[in-house]
Amino acid sequence: MSYTPELQELIKTVEKTRPERIARKQRGGEFPMMSLEERDAILKKHHPDYQPTGRRALKVGPNKGYIVPDEFADIFEARSRVDPDMVDLSNPSIDTDVLIIGGGGAGTAAALLADEEGAQVVIATKLRHGDANTMMAEGGIQAASKMEKDSPYYHYLDVMGGGHFKCVPELVHTLVTQAPDVLQWLEKLGVMFDKYPDGRLSTIHGGGTSRKRMHSCGDITGAEIMRTIRDEARNRENITVVEFVPAVELLLDEYGHCAGALLYNLETEEYIVVRAKATILAAGGSGRLHIRGFMTTNHYGATADGLVMGYRAGISVSFLHTVQYHPTGAVFPEQVEGLLITEKFRGAGANLLNIDGEQFVNEREPRDVESAACIRECLERKLGVPTPAGRRGIWLDSPMIDALSGEGTVEKEFPGKSILFRRHGIDITKEPMLVYPTLHYQNGGLNIDSDCRTSIPGLLAAGEVTGGIHGENRLMGNSLLDVLVFGRIAGRNAASFARDNTAKGELTLDHVRAFQRELEVEGAADSRVAPVLLPDYTDPEVRKKQLTSHYLGTLR
Amino acid sequence: MSEIKDKQGRSDEGRSLPVESQSATGTGKLIPVYVMGKQYMVPETLTIMKAMEYAGFKFIRGCGCRGGICGACATVYRKEGEYKLRVGLACQTVVEPNMYLTQIPFFPANRARYDFSKLTSAPEEIYKLYPELFRCIACNLCTKACPMDVQMMDVISALKQGDITRAAMLSFSCIQCGLCASRCMGELPQYHIAQLARRIYGSNIVPRAEHLGQAVKAINEGRHEEWLRMLMEMGEEALRSRYQEREMEPPMAGEDWVPVNAEYL
Ligand SMILES: Cc1cc2nc3c(=O)[nH]c(=O)nc-3n(C[C@H](O)[C@H](O)[C@H](O)COP(=O)(O)OP(=O)(O)OC[C@H]3O[C@@H](n4cnc5c(N)ncnc54)[C@H](O)[C@@H]3O)c2cc1C
Ligand code: SF4
Ligand code: SF4
Ligand code: FES
Repeated sequence: MSYTPELQELIKTVEKTRPERIARKQRGGEFPMMSLEERDAILKKHHPDYQPTGRRALKVGPNKGYIVPDEFADIFEARSRVDPDMVDLSNPSIDTDVLIIGGGGAGTAAALLADEEGAQVVIATKLRHGDANTMMAEGGIQAASKMEKDSPYYHYLDVMGGGHFKCVPELVHTLVTQAPDVLQWLEKLGVMFDKYPDGRLSTIHGGGTSRKRMHSCGDITGAEIMRTIRDEARNRENITVVEFVPAVELLLDEYGHCAGALLYNLETEEYIVVRAKATILAAGGSGRLHIRGFMTTNHYGATADGLVMGYRAGISVSFLHTVQYHPTGAVFPEQVEGLLITEKFRGAGANLLNIDGEQFVNEREPRDVESAACIRECLERKLGVPTPAGRRGIWLDSPMIDALSGEGTVEKEFPGKSILFRRHGIDITKEPMLVYPTLHYQNGGLNIDSDCRTSIPGLLAAGEVTGGIHGENRLMGNSLLDVLVFGRIAGRNAASFARDNTAKGELTLDHVRAFQRELEVEGAADSRVAPVLLPDYTDPEVRKKQLTSHYLGTLR
Repeated sequence: MSEIKDKQGRSDEGRSLPVESQSATGTGKLIPVYVMGKQYMVPETLTIMKAMEYAGFKFIRGCGCRGGICGACATVYRKEGEYKLRVGLACQTVVEPNMYLTQIPFFPANRARYDFSKLTSAPEEIYKLYPELFRCIACNLCTKACPMDVQMMDVISALKQGDITRAAMLSFSCIQCGLCASRCMGELPQYHIAQLARRIYGSNIVPRAEHLGQAVKAINEGRHEEWLRMLMEMGEEALRSRYQEREMEPPMAGEDWVPVNAEYL
């Protein structure tokens, strides 16, 4: 669906202001950045995290009293999918050294390192191996790789500032010091980074970076990384991947160690007991919970299952009171609603504009500030661009990029988006895109230390399922980095834990029973069931007619 | 935030779903599509994926990223009155009246196992792992079947000529959906072969980044440790002022830019 005549008319306004904006950029002129005070003010007023409604205090579990969005509270205060009494734990179907829950970036990196340490590894994943948020990352991966102008010192400051100075210092230290090593590892595995002919990596800015340290692979950085490490995992004899088999509960043993998980075969509907000497939770994020009803960029399986399993077993969480909204999700055409338009467009020079074709925010503010500014422009100042579906959007002026960096740049740097929009009759080398903030990243999650250990021995966690690294707000490019840095650490440490702890205690689901009791005592018990596993997009009218089917949570 | 909250459909269980199909429901007129031969009436503005959900299907397979990049939702379809088979991604392709469609969520293509660290940049290594490469009869069906416009036949012929670089470049947008393999006369697993070519290119043909090695070395020697520890122990106020004092690399600066302050490099 190409732009309607009304929108085409509005694009003319954008074209009118464009030459001057380009000239200003070429002179190095920039829209002023906000001071920290201005940032605080706009966040308080316009960012969804600061709205008093739509959130409540948790009634149960290790973070009882902690106020989180309703959608998180709903799944924490929910029953297990299984009755523990019905599960026969005496005869595990799989017995392995390391069990990894989740086949995204963190899980796969962990598997490779655990294998290198000599462990037998099983990855249990909900969809196909690689169907994950990692696959979708477009913009890039941060690392201070150019020591003549950058260093872990600046990377550390940027991470902290982006996270409102709330990040856990030890975790950030690990993140920034391991970054160049991760890139080198990827390069060796054959990831096709954007480079100069002599092999020097090209780098650009991302929101909140003081130095250009965003490394990329076209506009499909995550896919290139994911498919490469997945390919490598497929080469390893000691890594077994089971697909369409999500975990639904962790298993503990009589010593209080984590000793595996209960899996559910989505196709045959069987539950499967897996015993493991060490277990890694790498089940990713939660965009598909649609916090506050926002559209999302996340993959189909991002339903916070890892949070639920970990929390139920007693792992505390942090930073779930904040959720990241990406400032630029597509709002037009309707078929691509929610789709991420990478920050790289802004990094490469595209302006954000209101209906009058005017800038209202610097394009390199942190994501939360950028999103709040877009929301203010549309809701308070009423200067958003109306879409045919009745929403409001902001222009992202992609044609500026070709003007700034030469004809063909958009096509070359953003092949994926160029093809996609062309299919809908929009030429993003000549026409701007319409965008609006979209639910993007779970800032918080399970607490870990810098060795990826949780408070339960034998249970490690890595990736988007964890919290603390990014504080209250993650900067672009630090999450791909995080999943690889901590995924590798988790893999290595899980393998060594498995080597040192060979005692086999009796398996138990008592923690699930205890949690269930607590729900009842606190009056939080409800018909809700978690982990959610898959979102439910069944049409309500159809659902009404599914007379003999029985729903357990979102699955029938 | 009323505008956004309107989309929140609280169902009987208090969940805020189904946002996706809601944006769909009720917009546009209903048209017939045939899912594996059976007719369903669906709104004309939907993608195949949302239309199937609208009709009552619940995906386990055939749905991953919902954003055109994971390759889980390969779909083959034909329009009424035509013999031509078309392909598309269910999450990206909009339904059309009287479309006959089926998803191909999995294709059992052969994949060779190799020790990547031992491979060189010699094309013979690829030939040894995938001898079926030479079964290609240049029918071009793979290229025609590709939803990402990958010129797969050209990728294969580049490899036959030993040009790994060209094969890597040409196949970069491949999302490994498997449609090319499903159409191949020679039974080639093109996307696995192309993956191997890209890895060889990325690892063994393009020069490695020397500055990465220098960065790793400096960090391992502990060059930055003292400064980092200082930041880690700093109170929030002091950290804030350091943050605000950061010297910013100008957006349009060239590759040779260096900061004035080199104290913490
Ligand atoms: C559209 C998009 C663009 C992004 N762009 C960038 C970017 O440019 N730079 C950047 O740094 N970051 C980016 N991010 C963020 C980043 O990609 C993710 O945060 C990160 O990849 C998460 O990795 P992960 O391994 O923790 O989780 P995922 O990659 O999501 O993997 C989680 C895996 O766990 C599986 N799983 C879920 N539940 C279960 C269960 N119950 N049992 C078993 N398996 C389960 C899932 O199916 C999936 O395979 C982006 C994210 C999105 C969505
Ligand atoms: S080249 Fe083959 S596997 Fe890759 S996207 Fe095209 S059809 Fe799919
Ligand atoms: S479909 Fe198979 S035989 Fe035909 S051109 Fe492609 S690789 Fe060759
Ligand atoms: S669901 Fe991933 S490409 Fe369609």
